[in-house]
Amino acid sequence: MEKPKIAFYWCASCGGCEESIVDLAEKILDVVNLVDIVFWPVALDFKIKDVETMPDKSVTVSFINGGIRLEEHEYVVKLLRKKSQLLVAYGACSSWGGVPGLANLFSREEILRCVYQETPTVDNLNNTRPKTKLNIEDIVTLELPEFLPRLLPIDLIVDVDYYVPGCPPTPEVTWKAIEILLSGNLPPKGSVIGASDRSLCYECHLNETKPEKVLIKEIKRPHEVIADPEKCLLTQGLVCLGPVTRGGCGALCVKAAMPCTGCFGQLDEVIDYGGKAISYFASILDYYNEEEVEKALSRLPDPMGTFYRYSLPASRLRGKIKIMER
Amino acid sequence: MEDFEPRIIVFACNWCSYAALDLAGTSRMKYPPNFLVIKVMCSGRIDPQFIFEAFRRGADGVLVAGCHPGDCHYIEGNYKALRRMTLLRKLLESFGIEKERFRLEWISASEAEKFVSIAHEMYREIKALGPLRIEEVSKIGEA
Repeated sequence: MEKPKIAFYWCASCGGCEESIVDLAEKILDVVNLVDIVFWPVALDFKIKDVETMPDKSVTVSFINGGIRLEEHEYVVKLLRKKSQLLVAYGACSSWGGVPGLANLFSREEILRCVYQETPTVDNLNNTRPKTKLNIEDIVTLELPEFLPRLLPIDLIVDVDYYVPGCPPTPEVTWKAIEILLSGNLPPKGSVIGASDRSLCYECHLNETKPEKVLIKEIKRPHEVIADPEKCLLTQGLVCLGPVTRGGCGALCVKAAMPCTGCFGQLDEVIDYGGKAISYFASILDYYNEEEVEKALSRLPDPMGTFYRYSLPASRLRGKIKIMER
Repeated sequence: MEDFEPRIIVFACNWCSYAALDLAGTSRMKYPPNFLVIKVMCSGRIDPQFIFEAFRRGADGVLVAGCHPGDCHYIEGNYKALRRMTLLRKLLESFGIEKERFRLEWISASEAEKFVSIAHEMYREIKALGPLRIEEVSKIGEA
């Protein structure tokens, strides 16, 4: 029997998701025994034109990591959708935009100006900006893909069959997801695979130390305190998003006394991760008038980066709204 | 812009604010017809997700109305609303939604007049701001 064919592709991501596949360690050999990898730009020398020549639906599963930021990402992801039976959003960025998705608070012009002009370490006297086409003395034409106005999670441009959450997904989650996909016993389309269906608190080792009712007087940031590793981090004033975040990671960060930042994303039936997160977090602030609540919240300098760290492009509002000209 | 009529969603708690809106109606007070009222059991039931969803689906403004502090039928639901909406306001600002488009108000069952004056004010302010265009941002290829 022919082995299933697997493709990997990266879009706007840091490379951590690629790393996480290698982190399967010796299990990667099992993967290689079970499947043929037909496209993996970061590790193997296949080109996009090789994918273009493949018959439609000939790839069993494509794993996409990273959000859509360049025209090329859009092209390749649509191409892989056509060539694959199953398409999996692998990691937080392709599922909801991830950290690069916070760029949706700025316009393309603001981003390019910041990167090519305003950054203190940049010396750009000619105001050079990247061009999509550059003709050098009629000898050669160089091309770069267009930088799109916004970063989008991949499910806004193609049909996504499954999601594997995490920043990056842990080796255990990745392995579980691969087992599910190769088992032939597939869950309903759109499912999150490899992770838990319950919130992180259910599997957190500190859950037993959480009192019946948690109330916070003073918000603390991780660099300001040495957290007690034996006590629920929320009760210590740290913004731990465990209660609204999908479990499955084994509370890795909490084991290192760092609060959960929410990289496994929302639970089923939540429509806006950040909205749910502020709903939960604000309600446990132990203050009863607006001034005091404001004062307590002033200890949280970046609410957007705290509550939408991995999911801004997938939020209801997608990013900063451009109000039409009046 | 002259003919723009804002759509404003009101989340009103069952025990105080909805009764005030009812009173405004039975007392034949006049206020702009642009307010779509959703009754909830308590202002503490209002998840910030509802407000994001309202804006996403075309609301130009949202008013959350609950019992005065200390008067909550469920003892402290309105304090939870206060905390949530205070944090929500910070996020709405980062999303680029003007502060006039979102209000949290305490309206007791007898304060029909208070609701009517808030309604006139919100209507005037949001009409001046113009429509909130959200659809555009989700499409690729638009700045």
